[in-house]
Amino acid sequence: MARDAQGYALHLLNRFAGSDWADKLGLRKPMEKSAYTLTKTGFRLAATAARKFSGPKIDKPARLALPGHTTDLFDLNITEEQQMIRDSVRAFAQDALRPAAHDADEQLRLDDALVAQANELGLVSFCVPEALGGAATERSPVTNLLIAEDLGNGDMGLALGILAPLSVANALTHWGSATQQSDYLPAFCADKPPVATIAVNEPVPLFNPHVLATTATQRGSDWVLNGVKAGVPLANRAELLLVAAQTSQGPAVFIVENGAQGLSFADGRGMGLRAAGLCDVQFDNVVVPAHAKLGTDEFDYGTFIDFGHLGWAALAAGTAQSVLDYVIPYVNEREAFGEPISHRQAVAFMVANIGIELEGMRLVAARAASRAEQGLAFRREAFLARTVAARRGMEIGTNGVQLLGGHGFTKEHPVERWYRDLRAVGIQYNGLHL
Amino acid sequence: MNLETPKKFRALVNQAHQVAHNVFRPISRKYDRAEHAYPKELDMLASVLDGFNDGNPEGGAGASAASKSGARKDDGGVKNGANMSTLLGTIELCYGDTGLLLSMPRQGLGNAAIAAVASPEQKERLKGKWASMAITEPGTGSDSANIRTTARKDGDYYVLNGEKIYVTSGERSDCVVVWATLDRNIGRAAIKSFVVEKGTPGMEVVRLEHKLGIKASDTAAILFTDCRVHKSNLLGSEEINVEKGFAGVMETFDNTRPLVAGMALGVAKAALERTRELLSSSTPLDYATPVTAGSAAAAELYQMEADWEAAYLLTLKAAWMADNKQPNSKEASMAKAKAGRISNDITLKCVELCAALGYGEQELLEKWSRDSKILDIFEGTQQIQQLIVARRLLGKSSAELK
Repeated sequence: MARDAQGYALHLLNRFAGSDWADKLGLRKPMEKSAYTLTKTGFRLAATAARKFSGPKIDKPARLALPGHTTDLFDLNITEEQQMIRDSVRAFAQDALRPAAHDADEQLRLDDALVAQANELGLVSFCVPEALGGAATERSPVTNLLIAEDLGNGDMGLALGILAPLSVANALTHWGSATQQSDYLPAFCADKPPVATIAVNEPVPLFNPHVLATTATQRGSDWVLNGVKAGVPLANRAELLLVAAQTSQGPAVFIVENGAQGLSFADGRGMGLRAAGLCDVQFDNVVVPAHAKLGTDEFDYGTFIDFGHLGWAALAAGTAQSVLDYVIPYVNEREAFGEPISHRQAVAFMVANIGIELEGMRLVAARAASRAEQGLAFRREAFLARTVAARRGMEIGTNGVQLLGGHGFTKEHPVERWYRDLRAVGIQYNGLHL
Repeated sequence: MNLETPKKFRALVNQAHQVAHNVFRPISRKYDRAEHAYPKELDMLASVLDGFNDGNPEGGAGASAASKSGARKDDGGVKNGANMSTLLGTIELCYGDTGLLLSMPRQGLGNAAIAAVASPEQKERLKGKWASMAITEPGTGSDSANIRTTARKDGDYYVLNGEKIYVTSGERSDCVVVWATLDRNIGRAAIKSFVVEKGTPGMEVVRLEHKLGIKASDTAAILFTDCRVHKSNLLGSEEINVEKGFAGVMETFDNTRPLVAGMALGVAKAALERTRELLSSSTPLDYATPVTAGSAAAAELYQMEADWEAAYLLTLKAAWMADNKQPNSKEASMAKAKAGRISNDITLKCVELCAALGYGEQELLEKWSRDSKILDIFEGTQQIQQLIVARRLLGKSSAELK
């Protein structure tokens, strides 16, 4: 019998237990304790009941048109429709996400009631074409960017949990074949849309999403997946996963339904994004059919990743805005040496720089999204959006904590959570596709 | 939303790009070495540019085109006007050479001030004049409200006394826009600007500075000794309005700061482009491999380009707001702060990446890294911009946040 993940872990533990150096170094007792935890929370099969995905057949993929070239002029204004969507998403983010963020972070869980509330906003129906039960008539990366930023302004971890299923719907709409669309997209418009996510990251240093260790090999007409994905939001609860894997023709993305033989999950919690319930996912000879390979000949893995960059850049901007909005009243109210600390340039300049870098990173992301929306090449711009969001976003996160001093280091204030979340922007490729 | 530059400015951008490559770059090193020599090649170019500006209703690439009245109404109520076109032209020309752009006849900061605040009569009278700008004094840099040059009313004339330094094109210009105070006891509200024509008795260029960079541009010290200027040369209102006073002169900055940010973007673009060329075989960029997963040099190039892109869009935003008559003081300062510092960072880092090649005079990289420094200083230093942004964000007065 093939050694599964748990088997592999037991094998390693056994070798450890038999070694002399474990005793010499006094490691046996602590390791026995952690072995207990490891097996308790190690790779497990999902408890999620499998949903039968099916829908009315369509002849060809239902693609949404991009709004295209709406104006020749440089114009930072958004449309009235976009403003209306923003208003409702912002209200939801402020009234529902922000108050829930602290506990969700502690409990490593996105509350079902919150998901239900998010679904009531009807965001998913704007991702799915009318032919498949949705309400979308066009696909606007700019609108998606605004939604992601505003949700991120509520809380990055919760936003990621809400956006992951939407991102899968976006990806299926943008890339899916007729069969894939008709199989999966109608479910997203049903009463209880499926939990779904995207898995790209792997547990290696210097990770590059274009060089994957997870493999997909052809066996007959099937694909066989092997490897480990790391830090995947919602994975153990997901009914549907889009999984990036290396094929002999380069990286591709595969649709994997939960419950597949050889698929197992482990706790993948990290420093932040804890509300999104990060999981590590193991693929041990997981077999999927030929038609599970996402997309048609038009599929472009690079662009798939680029749409993820837009999502992470948007979440970073939303979170960085939270930092700015939080530190301004704090430094104005906090007094030292007889006056508000904001009267000191050393403090005030940090706030100015948060404002400057935030607006800069937001504009870089906006340009990338607006190019995508117009059907222009946007690889460079999306990459730069990610790059500037990762660096300047983290800078804003750490300066946010710094401005609150010792108070910023405690959980009395949310800035330490934003600090942890913003570190993810430089490394995360999971979960998002605008 | 559209963050691409409009088609209607493409011809202008291309023209400025051609000037940068075919006029500025070939003489760039020559005038860097021959400090204080007048770049006579620019006379021909200035005439060409005048002709181009006159024939272009959208406003051209010159300093005089940037003003709040320069915008033309376009479809949907959104305007892309002279502030944006001037900015785009400036970026390209400084991609050629910053010192030479600053030496362009009739494109001085004084021209920008006249365009922003002069009356129609004054604009007509000063048409075709090259105007430089004199604010700084030996004892007064960033605290321009504290200037000591005085203007005493005497009949129909004002009598100016004081010393101005760091006047860009102070020797070559036809006239100088001079900041002077009507009454030092009143403070900033009493500061007015006067157009003083060359040859006016009592005005004397006493010195030219030797500088780190932008050597093609002359930087003059000018002495005013009982210099009589007719009152019709006062820009703006004669009255001292304590409520508004200084805001009038400071308003010029809302239009000129994005232009200086544009200069910083231009020189940084030149350095980045040349460095990418020199590194192209050793360090190919695919905009896909994460910054952590490639070489250290590639990571530097990506980070610099990302910062450049942010500064570029901040600057376009500030100009766009000016064209659309939106208050943009904060955004103009954000643009100037970001562009000024990243331009200096980028040009210096490019020298470092290109090693001895970057440091030597065979390439222009070392020159660009010297030229860029002034762009984080004049028209408001990095620290002044941060102060302005901080006051706006924090809702603080200049008395509270000093």
